[in-house]
Amino acid sequence: MATIAASLPIYRELTPGQRVLRRLLRRRGAMLGLAVVIAFIVLALFAPWISPYDPLQTSWSAVRKAPTAAHWFGTDEIGRDVLARVIFGTRASLLAGLVAVCISLALGVPIGLLAGYVGRGVDSLISRITDAMLACPFLILAIALAAFLGPSLTNAMIAIGISATPVFIRLTRAQVLAVKVEDYVEAARAVGNSHWRIALRHILPNVVPPLIVQATLAIAAAVIAEASLSFLGLGQQPPAPSWGSMLNTAKAYIDNAPWMAVWPGLSIFLLVLSFNLLGDGLRDALDPRRT
Amino acid sequence: MLNYLIQRAATIVPTLFFVSILIFGLQQLLPGDPALILAGEDHDPTVIAHLRSTLHLDDPLPLRYAYWAGGVLKGDLGESQRIKKPVLDLIIEKLPVTLELACIAIVIALLIGVTAGIVSAVAKDTFWDYAANIFALWGLSTPNFWLGIMMILLFSVTLGWLPASGYVSPFEDLKTNLASMIMPAFVLGNAIAAVLMRHTRSAMLQVLSSDYVRTARAKGLDERVVVLKHALRNALIPVITLGALEFGTLLSGAVLTEQVFSIPGFGKLIVDAVFNRDYAVVQGVVLFTATAYIMLNLLADVAYFLVNPRLRG
Repeated sequence: MATIAASLPIYRELTPGQRVLRRLLRRRGAMLGLAVVIAFIVLALFAPWISPYDPLQTSWSAVRKAPTAAHWFGTDEIGRDVLARVIFGTRASLLAGLVAVCISLALGVPIGLLAGYVGRGVDSLISRITDAMLACPFLILAIALAAFLGPSLTNAMIAIGISATPVFIRLTRAQVLAVKVEDYVEAARAVGNSHWRIALRHILPNVVPPLIVQATLAIAAAVIAEASLSFLGLGQQPPAPSWGSMLNTAKAYIDNAPWMAVWPGLSIFLLVLSFNLLGDGLRDALDPRRT
Repeated sequence: MLNYLIQRAATIVPTLFFVSILIFGLQQLLPGDPALILAGEDHDPTVIAHLRSTLHLDDPLPLRYAYWAGGVLKGDLGESQRIKKPVLDLIIEKLPVTLELACIAIVIALLIGVTAGIVSAVAKDTFWDYAANIFALWGLSTPNFWLGIMMILLFSVTLGWLPASGYVSPFEDLKTNLASMIMPAFVLGNAIAAVLMRHTRSAMLQVLSSDYVRTARAKGLDERVVVLKHALRNALIPVITLGALEFGTLLSGAVLTEQVFSIPGFGKLIVDAVFNRDYAVVQGVVLFTATAYIMLNLLADVAYFLVNPRLRG
C-alpha cells in the first residue's frame, strides 16, 4: 500500500489565483497582448534613452523627409523625427489609459459597492444617475467635459475617467447584488461583523475578477479616447508629442507625407489591440465557463 | 401590453431629469464667472450684464436650474453666442447630414457584421471563423479617425476614386453625395460591424444548438434553409436590439468622422462649438443626443417586446 502511494505523482492543490494564471498563460493571444503592452511600457519608461532624437528638436533642412536610415519613420512638417515623437507619445497614451481607468475605479467601485450593499433608496438614486450618465455617449460626454474643464492632457484624463465611471458603478453593483446573498456573507453577518467589514473584507475581494477584466478593456477604450481628444485638440497640447495630435497634423499633409499618419495610427492600433487581447484572455481565464 | 409600455415609459422620466441636472452641471465646471467667460475677450460690461440677466447668474443654483429646465421643456436650448441663432435650430439644420451618414453606416455595419457573424458561427473553428474573429478585433481596435485618414490616402490620394472631403446634399446631386459619403460611412460602420459580428456569432451558436434547429435538420431540410430561415430569424432579434444600443457609438464616431472628412453635420457642430467656447451649443448637443439615446432605447425595448412572443405571454 505504502509502495503504491509513494509511486503516485504528488497532487498539489492549486490556489484559485494559480489556476487563473495557468489558464491565462495557455492563451497565446493574451500572452502576445501582454508582451506588446510590456514593450510599450518599456518604451514609455526609457523613452529618453531609446529615442534617437529629441522629440521637440526641429530641423528646417529635414522637413517632411521620407523614412531613411537617419530617420526610420521620416520627419514631420517642421523637421522633427517621427520615431522620437511616436516613442515619447507612448507616455501620453499609456498615462491617459491608466490614470483615466484609476479615476473610474476610484469613483465607480465605492459607489457601486454602496448601491449594491445598501440597496433601496440609495440604490435607486445611484442607478438613475448612472443611467443618466450612460445615456450620454462616452466620447460626446468626454468632449463636453474636456471643453468645460479646458484643453489639457490632465483634463482629458479626468474627462475620460468620469465618462467611463458609470460602467464600473453598474458592474460593481451587479456583482455585489450577486455576492451579498451568498452563505459566507450571511455567516459573516451572523457572527456580528460590522457592515464596513462585511463590505470591504468579505464582498469586495469577491467582486474584483470581473473588475480586472473590465479595467483592462477600459484602458483600451481610454487610449482611443485620449487619442480622439488629442486629435480634436482637447488633449495633449502641442508641441508635446501625442499620437492623436500627431494624426491631426498629419491629416493636412496626407498627400505628400503619408508616413506622418501611418506610424502614430499604427501605434494606437497596436496598443489598443494588445489591451483588447489581454482583456479577452483575462475574461476567459477568470470565467472558464465562457470557453 | 399597455401596462408594460406605461411602466417602461415612466422609467425614462427620472433618467431624463438626471440627464438635465448633469448637463446643467457642466456649466458649473467653468472656472470663474461664466458671464466673463461667455462674454469673450472684450469683457463688455453691457454684454456681461445682459448675460447675467438672461442666464439668471445672480439667482441661487436651484432657481437657475428651474429657469434653464423650464426653457428646455419649451424647446428653448439657448442661443449660440457665435452664430446668434437658437441652438435647437442649429441642431435641426445639421441633424439630417449626420442622420444620413449614420443610416448608411448602420446598413454597412449590418451587412458586414451579420454576414461575418453567420459565417463565423456556421463554420465554427475553421479558417473563416478565425478570420471573422480577427476582423472583429481589428474593428474594435482601429481608431476610426486613423482609418479615415488611411482610406483618404488610398482611395482619394493614390487611386483618385473618391473625394477626400466635402458634402453635397442628396437632393442636389445624389451620385456625388453617395461618393462623398461612402468612405465616412464605412469608417463609422466598421467598429459597429465588429460588435454586431460578435453578437450575431454568439446568438447564432446558441440557436444552432437548439432543439428546433436539430428537428429542422432531422426533417432533411437544406442547410441553407435551416440557417437562414430557421436559425437566423431568432438569432437576429437580440442582435437588432443590441444594434439599436450602438447608436451612442455611432454619434461618438460621427464627431471624429465628420472632422476627418469635413462633413458639416452634428459632430462638426459640437467640435466647432467647443473651440469657439459656444457652451450653449455644447450643452444643447449633449442634451439632444442623450434624449435621442434614451428614446431609442425605449423603442428597442418595445420592439423586443413586440417581436418576442414569450415576453408578451
